[in-house]
Order: sequence, then C-alpha cells, then structure tokens
Amino acid sequence: MTATAMPDAPAAADAGEVTLLPEQLDSLGEEFDAIRQRVLDDLGERDARYIRSVVRTQRGLEVTGRALLLAGFLPPAWLLGTGALSVSKILDNMEIGHNVMHGQYDWMNDPKLSSKAFEWDNACPSDQWRHSHNYMHHTHTNIVGKDRDIGYGVLRMSEDQRWTPYYLGNPVYAALLATFFQYGVAVHDLEVDRLAATGRGSLSEKRELLQGIWRKVRRQTLKDYALFPALAGPGFAFTFAGNATANLARNLWSFTIIFCGHFPDGTQEFSEEETAEESRGQWYFRQLLGSANLTGGRLFHLMAGNLSFQIEHHLFPDLPASRYQEISGEVREICERYGLPYNTGPLHRQFGSVVKKIFRLALPNRDGDAGTQSAAT
Amino acid sequence: MLGTRLLDALAGPHGVDGYLEQIRPTWVRRECRARIVAVEYGTPDSATLTLRPNGSWQGFRAGQFVRVDVEVDGVRRSRCYSPASAAVGHGDLELTVKSHPGGLVSNFLVERACPGMFVELSEADGDFYLPDERPGRILLISGGSGITPVMSMLRTLCAEGHAGPVTFLHYAPDPGRAIYREALERLAADHPNVRLVRSYTREPGAGELDGHFDRDRLAAAEPRFADAETFACGPPKLLDAVRAAWEGMEKRLHVESFVPPSFAPASESEGTVHFAASGIQAQNDGAPLLEQAESAGLEPEHGCRMGICRSCSCRKREGRVKNLQSGEVSSGEEEDIQLCISAPVGDVVLEL
Repeated sequence: MTATAMPDAPAAADAGEVTLLPEQLDSLGEEFDAIRQRVLDDLGERDARYIRSVVRTQRGLEVTGRALLLAGFLPPAWLLGTGALSVSKILDNMEIGHNVMHGQYDWMNDPKLSSKAFEWDNACPSDQWRHSHNYMHHTHTNIVGKDRDIGYGVLRMSEDQRWTPYYLGNPVYAALLATFFQYGVAVHDLEVDRLAATGRGSLSEKRELLQGIWRKVRRQTLKDYALFPALAGPGFAFTFAGNATANLARNLWSFTIIFCGHFPDGTQEFSEEETAEESRGQWYFRQLLGSANLTGGRLFHLMAGNLSFQIEHHLFPDLPASRYQEISGEVREICERYGLPYNTGPLHRQFGSVVKKIFRLALPNRDGDAGTQSAAT
Repeated sequence: MLGTRLLDALAGPHGVDGYLEQIRPTWVRRECRARIVAVEYGTPDSATLTLRPNGSWQGFRAGQFVRVDVEVDGVRRSRCYSPASAAVGHGDLELTVKSHPGGLVSNFLVERACPGMFVELSEADGDFYLPDERPGRILLISGGSGITPVMSMLRTLCAEGHAGPVTFLHYAPDPGRAIYREALERLAADHPNVRLVRSYTREPGAGELDGHFDRDRLAAAEPRFADAETFACGPPKLLDAVRAAWEGMEKRLHVESFVPPSFAPASESEGTVHFAASGIQAQNDGAPLLEQAESAGLEPEHGCRMGICRSCSCRKREGRVKNLQSGEVSSGEEEDIQLCISAPVGDVVLEL
C-alpha cells in the first residue's frame, strides 16, 4: 500500500482507489479494536434476550404459516400462511442463522445457539456454509481469485475477472442464481467452478461434501414439498405452492441483500499480492473498502439480518449483528476522519447499481483491458 | 415410532424441542429442565431452592450431586450441587446454595433466584451415596455447605423408617449460620434413633461439642464410630482430620470433598495441556493452543488463524486460557474457545 493520502484530505474518498500511510493504518486498527472490545465487554442479558425473542418470533411464524397453509385452499389463509412462512424463513436464514453461525452468540454457551451446532432451514449444510463463508469469504473478502463470493463461480462481478463469451449470459445466470439461491449456496463449498476451470480436485474427493449436500437437500425437499403437502390432504397443491413461494421469497430477498453488500459502485477489489501478510489495520481497511451498507428502518434491518450494516459486519463479524446500528455512527466518523469512503444508500439505488454492473460486466471491459484474473484459480 | 420420525422430519432442522420449549421451557423431550418453584432463606448467606424437574429426570441416590446449568447475565454457567431432599421418587428436589465471596453463580442464586426461573439438570452422578442395602449403624459428618448430601441421606433414612442408630455430626461457625439447623432439630425430635451432635467453632458452648474435629471429640460424639458406616463431606481441612482419625479403617469411611472455587493466579508458561480425546499431553510453552496442538502432532480444524472465522472453535473442559487479542483471562469453566487466539494459563484440558 503506497503512501499518498493524508488524514485530513477528503478528496481521497472520491478518487478511484484509496490508500493510507502505514501509521494511519496502525491507528485505524487500534480505533476499530477499541470499539470491538467495548462491545464485547458490554454483551450480556440484553443480547441474550434479544436473540431469544427473534428465535421465538421465527418459530411462532413458522408454526402459524404451516398451520394456515394446511387450509391453503382458502385464499386469505394461503396469502397469510405463505407470508408468515416467508418471513420465518428469512429470519431463520439471516438474523438468526447467518449471525449465530458466525459465532456472534457463542459467548452465551447455549448449545442451541452455538456456531458449531446450529443448522438452518435451507438446503445448505451448516458445516459447509461455515467453511465457505466464515473462513473463505470473510478472510479473503473481495480478493479477486480468492473470494469466491465474487460471482459465486458463475457470474462476472469484477472488471478484474477475465471476460469470456460465457459471460454474455451474466444477467441470465444472475436471475437463475437468485431464483434458486438456496441451492446455489448449498453447492458453493463444492467449488464446482474450480473443478471445471483447473481440473484440480475430482468428484471422489468431494464425496463427503456431496453426501452432506444430498442429505440436507433431501430432508428439506421432503419436508417442504412432500410431507407438509401430504398433511394437507386434498389441498396439497396449495401447500406445495405456498412452500415453494416462501422459499422463492427467501431466495430472492437474501440474494438482493447479499449482493448489495459487496457490489454497488464504489466498492473496491484487491489483488492477492496487495494483501499478502496484512496487518490488522490493513485487514480492517480492506474489509471496509470492500463493503457497502443499506439505509432503512428498524424492521428493514431486522429482515436483512442487519447485513444492511455490511461494513460493520465485515469489520466485526463476530459481534452480535444487533449491535451494528449503535456503532455505525462511530464507524462513519472514523471513516470521515481518515478520508475513507463509507458506502451507503437506499435499497433501490444500491441494488440498481448492482443490476447495472451485472449487465455491464456481461460485455468485455471498455478500455480493452482483458482483466487479469480468471474466475477461479 | 413412525409418528416420532414423522414429527422429527416435519420439525427439522430445529427439532420438536425447538418449538415446544417456546411454549414452556420444561416441555422438552431430550433435556432435563427444572423450574424453580420456591426459594427460602434459612441463613443470611444461603438460599434453599425447590426445583420441579420435567419428565426426563431419573431421580438420584441420596448423597449424589447434579450439574445445574443456569444463565447469569446471558451466559450459561455450570455448577455442581448435591440435592438435600430425601431421595424418594422423581419429584421435587431441594438444593441449598451458599454464597462464596466472588462466586458468580452462588451469589446470583442466593441474591436473584426466584420462582419461575428455569435451570437445566444433568443426570445425578457421583460415587458418594448410601448403598442400597442400608448399613445398620451410620455416622454422617459434615462442615458448612457440605451438609447437603448427608442431609439427603438423613432425610432418606428417616423417610424409610430406618431403625438403626444414626449420628449426625455437623460443624458450623455459629447457630445463626448453620444451614438446616431447625430441620435437623425437628428430625431428631421425631426420630429417637437419630442423634444430633453440633459443634459451633466460633461459639463454644452453643452446641453439643466444641472446637474443630479431632479423634477424642469424635469418640465423645460417637463412641462406636469404628463400627459405623461413615459418610463425610465438607471443606478440605475437616476431611483431612477425618481421614487421619480413620487411618487403618478406611473401608468404612466414604468422603466427598466440597472445595470452594479458587482464584489463585497461574503462570502463562507453566502447566500441561491435555488433549483428552487423543490421550496426548504436552508441556505448555505459552504459544497459542492451535500451534501447541500442531506441535504435538494433532491436526485440528482451522481457518483464518486470526480469531475471525471460528473454524478452530474447540471445547475446553478445564483450565483457564488467555485471549491473546484482548488479554482477557477466562474462568476455569467448560466453554468453547478459539484455539488460534487462546494460550493456556496453567493446566488446560481440551476436547481434542
């Protein structure tokens, strides 16, 4: 990282790329460390009660939704049931599942909220998620070639990804990924793109992963598409449709929120060389510049699993997400002081820029630069 | 059978318990939970809790202990207590907790426990219990909060109508701080075969005996102590004196040690790391536990190696560790720790 920006120069925030002096990076690291320790020291009954109340709400909505869908042949029951089940799946996936599996509530010592044990209501096996997300994505955030969440192995989301004619279908792949997102996430750890591109690894090595995926997908499919519809008797088609719609709603919503986290205009990607042997301050710096927030009300943040505070989440992945809002003011102030961008905006604008990016990257780069990295290395 | 499997499939992945417990915490099938139904205060520094366990409770033998999990300020803590109630059936349990200076859970229970709270219970455990074939002559010795298991033994014997002589020898600082003083006096009054012998170490003359335990005073309390099956529970000093008096007769003596929590600091480069699941031990060299495990030839799961991804999260059974990022030293309780950023402080036992 070269030394160009001064701490009180605001212009850097609008330049193409931002850099800081080594001393600035060190003190940045210390300031963020202090916030983290302060929140950790403050965790207690309030946080325990919060997550329990979210879990309680989710379970209640799920039971209500499923019960209503048993009478799904009545339009109001179908609408309310599907709505309740959709919200239940979204809460389970985002505010509860994603956050618990990050270890945000491990300090509680409650086996039901332990990152190692928690299993969520979607097709992806939790242990594979923990590997691909907690480890791979959060450690290598926005490093092209290492962060496989850039494109999920099927999309082109960065100019640094080398363009091939395959990517002309970028928007189509994105739409498909969004629709079937829970399955896309389920096979993410398999690294199928890496298999195809480099021939490294073979299906037999992936046997254990495949078995895990198959087991989870089978259980979820049986539950949502066979057992609950069967319970409804003659109304099985309505229950089936309701469950499918709820899963689709969760897929589309989580895809939208997640893609807004790292791809709106203004986020930065990094190369492997740049990020070898990072200091703590450099790590915070990369996490900050690779992330983008969404503005909204409290209900919006809850439904987004507080991933609308993607910046705070990437700075502090193992702090309970419900704490991100209260530290966001401080984080923003630190960014201003160091001349760093704090990328935030309303959903329609952030997602709009993501959609534009998907279309734009379906074509080769304007300046003829073919990109330096292939999607998988 | 099919019904349970169907229910599990419908309720997956959280399980039926995940829904039932939202209605009532004790409505779970796979765990033993109990509701606190009453709290009484027999002495200024103790609380007597009555717990009503759910259907999973299998009962206990008089003298055994249970591990109680209770949430204090959002964190689940585990402590062992011996029920003091009679070991009859699977009904309510009585625990008496004495607050220790600086004790997190004991102070919480004594100051804040109230009816309506829930705790989780383990199965009853321990080798210190009344044998099924009750001995004829029994001597029960206790000091301080060590009274709880022998109180259970006494109450069980009385409930059964045990006819043989039972001597109950108890050491406490003074009558005001003697746990179960009134209950014991009532039992002795109702059962002529029960003899109550108390020594109040800070108030001579207040009890049937004076001073601390020694062989002569023991003979005064129970001349036929050598014939009795003896059960002793209390602080280390009392038990050391008891063991000394029983030299040569250890077969008829059963001892349970109640050690108050110690907060003695240990050094960061001392102690041994025990990898319990692998049966390996290594000398602590102060390095993060992940590196020490790898040096010992193990291959624990790991990821970022910088305390973020939790791939290396591992159960620590015993011992204290220092978080190398925050500098904080944990308590000695059982908990999950991140191996890459934790270094041992003294002896540590890991499930690895």
